[in-house]
Amino acid sequence: MTDVTKATAAELGRMIASGEVSAEEVTRAHLDRIAQVDDRVHAFLHVDTDGAITAARKVDEARARGEELGPLAGVPIAIKDVIATKGVPTTAASKILEGWRPPYNATIMERINAAGMVMLGKTNMDEFAMGSSTEYSAYGVTRNPWDLDRIPGGSGGGSAAAVAAYEAPLAIGTDTGGSIRQPGAVTGTVGSKPTYGGTSRYGLIAFSSSLDTPGPVSRNVLDAALLHQVIGGHDPRDSTSIPAPVPAVVEAARLGATGDLTGVRIGLVREFSGEGAEPGVAAAVRDAIEALVKLGAEVVEVSCPHFEYALPAYYLIAPSEASSNLARFDGVRYGLRVGDDGQRSLEEVMSLTREAGFGPEVTRRIMLGTYALSSGYYEAYYGQAQKVRTLITRDFNAAFEQVDVLVSPTTPFVAFPFGSRTSDPYQMYLADLYTIPTNLYGGPAISVPAGVSEGLPVGLQIMAPTMADDRMYRVAAALETAIPPLTPPALTGSNS
Amino acid sequence: MAAISREEVAHLARLARLAVNETELDTFAGQLDVILQAVARVGEVAAADIPPTSHSIPLTNILRDDVVQPGLTQQEALSGAPDAQDGRFRVPRILDEEA
Repeated sequence: MTDVTKATAAELGRMIASGEVSAEEVTRAHLDRIAQVDDRVHAFLHVDTDGAITAARKVDEARARGEELGPLAGVPIAIKDVIATKGVPTTAASKILEGWRPPYNATIMERINAAGMVMLGKTNMDEFAMGSSTEYSAYGVTRNPWDLDRIPGGSGGGSAAAVAAYEAPLAIGTDTGGSIRQPGAVTGTVGSKPTYGGTSRYGLIAFSSSLDTPGPVSRNVLDAALLHQVIGGHDPRDSTSIPAPVPAVVEAARLGATGDLTGVRIGLVREFSGEGAEPGVAAAVRDAIEALVKLGAEVVEVSCPHFEYALPAYYLIAPSEASSNLARFDGVRYGLRVGDDGQRSLEEVMSLTREAGFGPEVTRRIMLGTYALSSGYYEAYYGQAQKVRTLITRDFNAAFEQVDVLVSPTTPFVAFPFGSRTSDPYQMYLADLYTIPTNLYGGPAISVPAGVSEGLPVGLQIMAPTMADDRMYRVAAALETAIPPLTPPALTGSNS
Repeated sequence: MAAISREEVAHLARLARLAVNETELDTFAGQLDVILQAVARVGEVAAADIPPTSHSIPLTNILRDDVVQPGLTQQEALSGAPDAQDGRFRVPRILDEEA
């Protein structure tokens, strides 16, 4: 039998439905792969071996009864540890939630289960999804399969590395400022951020509620679209969920795979095409854009003058919302409690608990958000950032009057070595320079492999208008036909 | 000029219920100063007549039908609590906090 860990999710679904391979065999092959390589990669915080095999057997039994299986039934998936999974440890990579087993499932988990998909386990991340390298996990770093001495991106480094290392064909990420797309870019995988409100936030541990968006992580565009179709759509339990059908993402990915982009207008964001990106990243992106032109696309330069203010606006809005959202971690209803000796007051216990439970980046952002929301500073910081958000949205709307999609590098640099940006937090924030505008606007964006620089993967970002997620899948799938596929990463380090 | 002082950082930590120690205060004060000076650039944009955006996708009055659905049981709701007593969350004393 062929190595099923190398197959695409679409192929696996087809093989399981036809009986060529059982869901249990596919699941065991991936669990074996995790056992072989995850001590080097550390993509997983928790592997749910028994749960996965039970779920796989259910699919095989359903097939034996003659039930028709969906396109992803029996296909394994890794879940970012910020998604509530009933009875399965969920920590958001924070000490403050160590050992917590949620009494309920996130909506997207219910949909993943209903589709017959098999959860392998929970993946590592920056604590509460705050970071761009997974170095801020309270449970140790995840290593980039392309070079084990470099970061896998963040915050969803575990999901991206699991997929890049063939430990899972699919994973779930969450994107607040680039946490799906930037890990995708630096690990040579596909990372898709749907339209805000296109995928439910119910059961996603909140970081910045007006920005958080769950989405697919995969090794190819069609697989991402198939997963998007499973998790997307209206959820009455999320008041910001869009009451509309999922855009036709699977059809769009299939259309794109024909390699014809005749009539598609692609906008090159002038403000993101000059300096800022490493030369090797800029060169790979230029080549990818040339490939799109050869497929028939028309490329025009567009100006988005306020994009340069997106990063500052984001680092006011997101920490402000975080400071409010993370107030719920008070040592009362779940998680850690420190210092409750019968003498100390609730306030003292709360402060000691939060100090012990939160890592440095989370603490920084809570204080930054508390500052930006305090009276006297509110208008100059949070209020002004919300106005900048309006201007960025207007830039997008004006650009989409001229073009169908916008493109840019996903992130300015290839995977960087561990420790190179942790001492200066603002240098870390620059990793999200190109991904953040989309989050402030709310539209969809996808990162797809666009070649290599210095032996490390580079991603091209494709941004589309709100609820036109199908457009980015079409262009992304077309690019896939023109870019030579990446060879599987070696799982070795540059220093070893 | 520094955008934020060490005393202000200590005040923020108290407001946010974070028992930050003296060494950490020095580190955070320096880092927050760098970040605040960078994000203060939002002030360069002339936006006096621009309305603020709180949510990118405008949706209002999102309601759902008021039908009874199963919720968590008391046991489930208390299952993650650090301390529970008589079916309730038990908390440290909340009075005499200044004493």
